[in-house]
Amino acid sequence: MRETGMHASTELITRYVAGDSTIGAHTEWALEAHLESCPVCRARLAEVTSLSASGMSALVDQGWRKLAPVMAVNRPAPARRFRVSAWVTPAMAPWLCAAVFVALLAVAFGSVPDAGSVLFLLAPVVPVLGVAAAWSRGLDPMYELTVSTPRAGLALVLRRTAAVLVAVLPLLAAGSVLVGVSPLVWLLPGLACTLTSLALGSVIGVERAALGVCVVWLLVFLAPVVARLEVLPATAPWSVPVWGGASFLAGAALVARGRALTTLGPGFDEKGGR
Amino acid sequence: MAARVVGAKETAPAKYAWEIQARGLRLRAGRRTAVRGVDLTLGRGVHGLLGPNGAGKTTLIRALATVLRPAAGELELFGERPRERAGLRGLRRRIGYLPQNFGFYRRFTVREFVEYMAWLKEMPKGEVPGAVQRAIDRVGLADRADEKLKALSGGMVRRAGIAQAIVNDPGILLLDEPTAGLDPAQRMRFRELLRELGSDTCVVVSTHLVEDVATACGAVVLIDEGRLAFQGSPADLAAAGTETDLGDSPSERGYSALLARHREAK
Repeated sequence: MRETGMHASTELITRYVAGDSTIGAHTEWALEAHLESCPVCRARLAEVTSLSASGMSALVDQGWRKLAPVMAVNRPAPARRFRVSAWVTPAMAPWLCAAVFVALLAVAFGSVPDAGSVLFLLAPVVPVLGVAAAWSRGLDPMYELTVSTPRAGLALVLRRTAAVLVAVLPLLAAGSVLVGVSPLVWLLPGLACTLTSLALGSVIGVERAALGVCVVWLLVFLAPVVARLEVLPATAPWSVPVWGGASFLAGAALVARGRALTTLGPGFDEKGGR
Repeated sequence: MAARVVGAKETAPAKYAWEIQARGLRLRAGRRTAVRGVDLTLGRGVHGLLGPNGAGKTTLIRALATVLRPAAGELELFGERPRERAGLRGLRRRIGYLPQNFGFYRRFTVREFVEYMAWLKEMPKGEVPGAVQRAIDRVGLADRADEKLKALSGGMVRRAGIAQAIVNDPGILLLDEPTAGLDPAQRMRFRELLRELGSDTCVVVSTHLVEDVATACGAVVLIDEGRLAFQGSPADLAAAGTETDLGDSPSERGYSALLARHREAK
């Protein structure tokens, strides 16, 4: 902003409004530049115009009247405080539904004797489906547009994943508390699965990675859980360091490879472009 | 109506010679090498990217939009390399991109769609409503701004796509086949918009319609089989053809002459 105290005189502004050609090009140029940045002088200009150049202001008013109907149509919408699409997009709906379904399934089977096993088996799948929802190039029609924007990348993927988790995790947690199983049984494996699918996703595509992790998880642990092994993998003493270590490694890989989430990813051309 | 104040950013001098500069650019589309060593310098103005189907136009535009990393060679946008993560975000805020088969959420209105893209482009919150209105106005969709995208015709959807590309006043505007699906009247209006945008923006328009280039572009880039075949003005393109070449207009004859010459030279 310009210093206050440096203002154009009313006399100069009056001459400018009258179209006085003796002002001189450099003075006129300086005055116009000043008017652009100085509200005080603009106000003075408006005053002078309405007083001394009534013919001109009538012409301007007429112009505005003509423009009014056009501008009524072209009115910008007010700024939004909260944007739902910043957290969830319509393309996430199918995956979100799948996640809610699995969560409900896990809670519904929670009444069987071995509730811990069922929750341990199904609960980690839920956040992984959330990951698939967050960055699905198969189901998201806006994938290529989104990837090309500055906001694309790890932060946006995590933001959307978080939105899914906020919707689904309370359901799972409430379910486990109801059937008397500590949520810790599945929370740490769930974290490891989520981070692994994201890290793997930066290499082979998030959607593919999430599905892969789900399948591998179910295959590896279905057998022991169905066979009712005496010590469940989740409650075994080695489980905490293993899940913790896996989460840490996957997290580190994700941070290192996060830049991959800002490009289309391998194999996109076969699916997307012509 | 509030007066628009020109910010310091807009009047800041450019510190680069060319908006787009590529040296020995090689790009892969899947397992195929789609672009094999292209040297290119593009400044302000409208550049028409011409070439037969499968020449590598879409792959090249994707690389310019920074969604595809070059397999080899150098690419500089606004004099910066889009490598470092922090720098990439800043670069992308100054790029507008319309993909060839661009998707959208059918339930969004035109305004919601462009607003959402403005949010993704990290525009300051206060600027979004005005910028969105200006963009929608420029493509002539102001009277349909609050209609859902699924209710619009193909040409209107494409115009909404152009609106999202220009909403952030980009310095580099990349349009992949923007005239597909536009009727002749819309196409003429679009060419006018292109000329207007080209006065202060580096616009790259890919097309396989030679007439688009001849009428709306200030420069022509012809690529074939992943290599640069010709770069020059539309007049040069037209002058390259002779009566014996294939085509219905001078530009088309020039196009087929240059393509044939390029293929022979290999």
